[in-house]
Amino acid sequence: MSKIQESVIIRTVVRIMVPFIELFALYVIMHGASGPGGGFQGGVIFGAAIILYAMIYGIANGKKKMSDSLDRILASTGLTIYAATGLACIAFGGMFLQYRAVPLLSDPAQVSKYLIDLVEIGIGITVLAVMISLFFDISPPEPEVEEAEE
Amino acid sequence: MIWILDITMLFFLVVCAIAAISIKDLLSAIIILSAYSLIMAIVWVEMHSVDVGFTEAAVGAGITTVLFIATLARTEGRSED
Repeated sequence: MSKIQESVIIRTVVRIMVPFIELFALYVIMHGASGPGGGFQGGVIFGAAIILYAMIYGIANGKKKMSDSLDRILASTGLTIYAATGLACIAFGGMFLQYRAVPLLSDPAQVSKYLIDLVEIGIGITVLAVMISLFFDISPPEPEVEEAEE
Repeated sequence: MIWILDITMLFFLVVCAIAAISIKDLLSAIIILSAYSLIMAIVWVEMHSVDVGFTEAAVGAGITTVLFIATLARTEGRSED
């Protein structure tokens, strides 16, 4: 594991690739309504980018970028966005997630379009936070791995 | 042409599935399972279910493999039976 982490090629490639993977994840989330993809897949891809960074630059460095408390905040924020969108539809007299009930714009189809994107963003945030915290919880602590190899 | 692709992919799918459950080394089993997921994603896309194929490629071949390997790093890495 440490041999892979020391490789200059892998470190450079990961450093260059991670922003592009994250950009692709945002594209997948925003085009979930009109094409293949969506909040879940985009969130998984975004989480995979940060997991890739944590694998190569070390779990400790990954936790600096994405601490456990930030994980918790993001996971609950995404859920809140999703639930708030659904409950707002109920508050305006529709069913849960019946977007057209919200009198935000004059055209109900436009309201649907934007609220679907909002829900997808909420799903994406929750999935990315949960995937990253799953990886941090499962992955073995760094010093133990080095001891086992020595 | 597509018909041949179908048969080939499904054949490799069965080969990967049998190999994944019969192999003793767990790291090899995880990698074969990842290959299985990749072939399954191709089969999904070929069946015009791009969304499911996308999920299979992202979750099955990506995240699941990483989580399995992270779990394997905490265990022995050999199957007992």
